[in-house]
Amino acid sequence: MSMSALDPASPLTSAGGNLRRRRRVDLLMRGIATAAAAVAVAILAIVIVSVASKGASQLSISFLTKDPVQGLGTVGGGIASAIVGSALIVAVATAMALPMGVLIAIYLTEFSKPRTARPIRLALDLLNGMPSIVIALFVYGLLVKGHQQTGFAAAFALAIIMIPLLARTTQEMLLLVPRELRDASHALGISRWRTIVGIVLPGALGGILTGMVLAIARAAGETAPMLLLCSIFSTSTTVNVFGTALPNIPYIIFQDSESGFPADYARAWGAALVLIAFILVGNLTARAMLARKRRLMSR
Amino acid sequence: MDSSQPETDDSAAPPIASLAIPVREPTATTASEVVFDLRDVDVYYGSTLAVEGVSMQVYKNVITAMIGPSGCGKSTMVRTLNRMNDSVPGFRVTGEALYHGNNLYAGDVDPVEVRRRIGMVFQRPNPFPKSIFDNIAWAPRILGLKHELDERVEKALRGAALWDEVKDRLKSSALGLSGGQQQRLCIARSIAIEPDVLLLDEPCSALDPIATASVEDLMQDLKRNYTLVIVTHNMQQAARVAERTAFFSLDVSDGKRTGVLVEYDDTEKLFTRPDDKRTEDYVTGRFG
Repeated sequence: MSMSALDPASPLTSAGGNLRRRRRVDLLMRGIATAAAAVAVAILAIVIVSVASKGASQLSISFLTKDPVQGLGTVGGGIASAIVGSALIVAVATAMALPMGVLIAIYLTEFSKPRTARPIRLALDLLNGMPSIVIALFVYGLLVKGHQQTGFAAAFALAIIMIPLLARTTQEMLLLVPRELRDASHALGISRWRTIVGIVLPGALGGILTGMVLAIARAAGETAPMLLLCSIFSTSTTVNVFGTALPNIPYIIFQDSESGFPADYARAWGAALVLIAFILVGNLTARAMLARKRRLMSR
Repeated sequence: MDSSQPETDDSAAPPIASLAIPVREPTATTASEVVFDLRDVDVYYGSTLAVEGVSMQVYKNVITAMIGPSGCGKSTMVRTLNRMNDSVPGFRVTGEALYHGNNLYAGDVDPVEVRRRIGMVFQRPNPFPKSIFDNIAWAPRILGLKHELDERVEKALRGAALWDEVKDRLKSSALGLSGGQQQRLCIARSIAIEPDVLLLDEPCSALDPIATASVEDLMQDLKRNYTLVIVTHNMQQAARVAERTAFFSLDVSDGKRTGVLVEYDDTEKLFTRPDDKRTEDYVTGRFG
């Protein structure tokens, strides 16, 4: 052995030069990593605080209940038509994406074999990572080019964005339904599908709804689809989803923030505050529900 | 059966004295109708032979027990009887598993219909997260047995000796019942659709002795109307409830572990004058 002899009885402190240096590096790296984690939290806090401080002055009953006043730089009016439009577009998107997402999840957990499940899960992950402007362009070519912008076209794009989210969260919840319950149902001579409808889906219902809220929160803020598919609209409130483009919050924020007039710029912050308030509340409630559901089912 | 095992002469060999287990009176089982007729059944999981060469007959209105050490294939065997293993990847059966003369694994057999007639109660009580009433009524509703559903539920609960305990709270959740009550609820749920056979896969292993006794009593009542097959790792339980007992063991050779049916006989005979040395070792506690 050519290594220097270690005296087992020497004090167990970091007296040696080498050990002291190693300890400093260790502390330094730990500090940097901790700081990075803190920055993430700080960024979220700064964004929320700045939106809240700049948008709060805009918030009023009339801001939420009145339609915008026509013309650039005009003072007063609200974003009611955009709130209604966004709600409608997201509702139509959810109506399309939720059944699809749930059916995909059912296929993955109940029917597929590992060989087929893996590529489908990969496809869902890739779809989830697809830039929304690309999806918007695809829908533009499909539904808008040669026709006109509609709320439905925007909803269609949002549905594509929501499907992978819904499918993956639903799948996770279906996997939490104990196998014993499926066995119990099968042992009663109940077919696969009736077992899924009668036992598996009700057992996962809370989780599926939670996943739905998360997907809605994500879709509500998507802007690229709105730019291409739903940006030429009248400022008054309308519910004509299939016939015309609807005013919507993301596009209002985009438009007002770059108009150059102080009143419009301020309105953009107000709209942004409404949007993130909606998304944050939805997100946090959904996550709390999901955590509770997980605890209950993995008892 | 392994011919190298020492032959035991029934008339000469004294009953195993150390066996202090009370055994049910033997019943004339041979005259009974055959429900399951297994002929040289092998069960594979993928390329692994899990259970080899099982041949046995299960008789109508008789309680048949399957006993044996862990991993001997007794659960696999009982789950083979109602095709509950179909969902296990690589599961495969060779030989003939006849149920009232029909091969359970014939190509045109619908496993859903098999399980409609051959119910199963599992190791851990698994009530649905529904009300007590709906736990029983759910399957009959789907299977089209909607007529007089309330009566059907009551009859099933009475049949499972649970009615008096739950009749005032049928609308409350089944998950609020005790373990023994939950297991009897699962039995009630199984008999509510009036199956022909009830398979019980270690139904008492998650229950305390009092709940176990109530389930065992229940089995004696049930055998009047049903054919019962119970898997148990508890020899005393087999001796208490079953007229016929099948002893499964693990055959370890070439590094492969395969379940085999060692001996199948009247319970009383199997526990007191077993033909096979391995059975004797197991029932007297000398196994291993």
